[in-house]
Amino acid sequence: MTSVMSFFDIMLVLALPWLGWRLLASPDLFRAVVLFISLGLLMSLTWVRLHAPDVALAEAAIGAGLTGALFLSALRRLERMQDSERRLDYAEKREEERQAPPARRRRSKPIAYGLALLLLVFFLVLLGWSLVKTSVSPGGLGPAVTGQMGQTGVQSQVTAVLLNFRGYDTLLEVMVLFLAALGSWSLTRIRQPLPEEVAAPVLASLVRLLVPLMIIVAGYLVWIGSSRAGGAFQGGAVLGAAGVLLLLADVTVVRQIPSALLRWALVLGPLLFLLSAIACMWIGGNLLEYPRQSAGAWILLIESATAVSIGVTLAALYAGGRPLEPSALEEAGEVASESGGDEGEGE
Amino acid sequence: MNTIFLYNFSGLALFAIGLHGLIRSSHLLRKILAANLMSSGVFLIMIVGAYGTDKGMIDPVPHAMVLTGIVVSVSATAVALALVCLVQETTNRVLLLQKRKKEQGRRTDA
Amino acid sequence: MAFLHNLGTVCILIGVPFFVSGTVGLLRFPDIYTRLHALTKADNVGLGFVVLGLALQAEQWNTVARLLLIWLLVLIGSSASCHLVARAALRKKIQPWSRS
Repeated sequence: MTSVMSFFDIMLVLALPWLGWRLLASPDLFRAVVLFISLGLLMSLTWVRLHAPDVALAEAAIGAGLTGALFLSALRRLERMQDSERRLDYAEKREEERQAPPARRRRSKPIAYGLALLLLVFFLVLLGWSLVKTSVSPGGLGPAVTGQMGQTGVQSQVTAVLLNFRGYDTLLEVMVLFLAALGSWSLTRIRQPLPEEVAAPVLASLVRLLVPLMIIVAGYLVWIGSSRAGGAFQGGAVLGAAGVLLLLADVTVVRQIPSALLRWALVLGPLLFLLSAIACMWIGGNLLEYPRQSAGAWILLIESATAVSIGVTLAALYAGGRPLEPSALEEAGEVASESGGDEGEGE
Repeated sequence: MNTIFLYNFSGLALFAIGLHGLIRSSHLLRKILAANLMSSGVFLIMIVGAYGTDKGMIDPVPHAMVLTGIVVSVSATAVALALVCLVQETTNRVLLLQKRKKEQGRRTDA
Repeated sequence: MAFLHNLGTVCILIGVPFFVSGTVGLLRFPDIYTRLHALTKADNVGLGFVVLGLALQAEQWNTVARLLLIWLLVLIGSSASCHLVARAALRKKIQPWSRS
């Protein structure tokens, strides 16, 4: 049995960098993104092999799924922009640009390239040597965490570390996600589907079937995170996926969500997290030091709010930008569907 | 378990390929893909360090860090993609090309 | 219960060739429609056998229920996405392969 596992390990160890190399070496960007998604799924398999189920869930949902969706939608946007420019008489200029670069790039500055490659190889050999020489203390911080589990209010070690011992890191991470939504909203407007893009009826009925189920699964993941693999991020990722599905199917209710509700949903998680952190200080401990008896309840409250916010944020990041203002909505009238809001059904 | 240690080299190779791609690709989207590859390599090395032979002996702190890292990396990717779309809109090009002295002033650096 | 456990392993091993054949179809078939056909059919049945094997090895009833739910969801998802991909391919006017 162990020889089979070793064989499997070696195959996986070789497959990951090979897939990474193929993905960067492929000339077609669509293929590169598809290979990236499959690399994410292989990584998820690797996390399971390395006894990290929480990370595997998050990688499959966020790392492979949502990041791949983001790349595909950005690719689509870029192609559409290039297409519209092509129609605006930039045709000749673009043709030359597209044909010229590859040949030229390969002949450019071979000495500099060779030198950079040499430096890179040297740097990597140093890294590899330092990896081999690093002595890892057996168990690392594991015994320390296990010893303190009784005071955390949860049974899962990773959740305890995430929301109790290193709760401040998680607070900052939730803020980073919020900042990403802010950044994305400051930079671009929401992506408008073209008039000829009609959603398939199969997609509409699929969405009607799946989205309630996904909400239940998300709630289950948040609940089970306190004792097994799961938690706020995994549940939030499933909610985000539900949001992406709603956006893809162009469901009517998505267009009618008021912008204020969307903004409050984005803010809910970070705000609640911050308020409970301050409340802990007020009650008489340090920042994010939950009172011992009710630590589990605090963690569950924070996780639920954070999961909702993460779901809405991920779907908003996929949607691609800030929603249209009501005046723009009115003047655009019935031309093409305004996805004027985002999903907010994960309340 | 020696075969688990091999995953370290897999992570290092992913990091190397990502770094190489980041420096050498001229298309901005490929650069973002390469950056994601680099972060995947780093996560792999961290989780290998946290490995324990059964469920009770893992080190949960790197797991929490990698979980945080995945979320942060998707945030950064989203903002980076929005920036790429903005670059395309304003400058009509999405490639970072070398500056050519001998060309008739056609290329531009970004 | 060693018999059930071994029967489960046999079922999983039966499911693996289905996945392999689906992948071979993905790589070798001439156009997108035939590839979709190979992929979805083979992977659904393959997953069905794997789920059956795992269900035979499971220790509790709710694990069995969850496994069946997973299989059902994968069936729904894969058939819907197969339809959507084929629809998009038709919209792009990709012609089906014919023996000519």
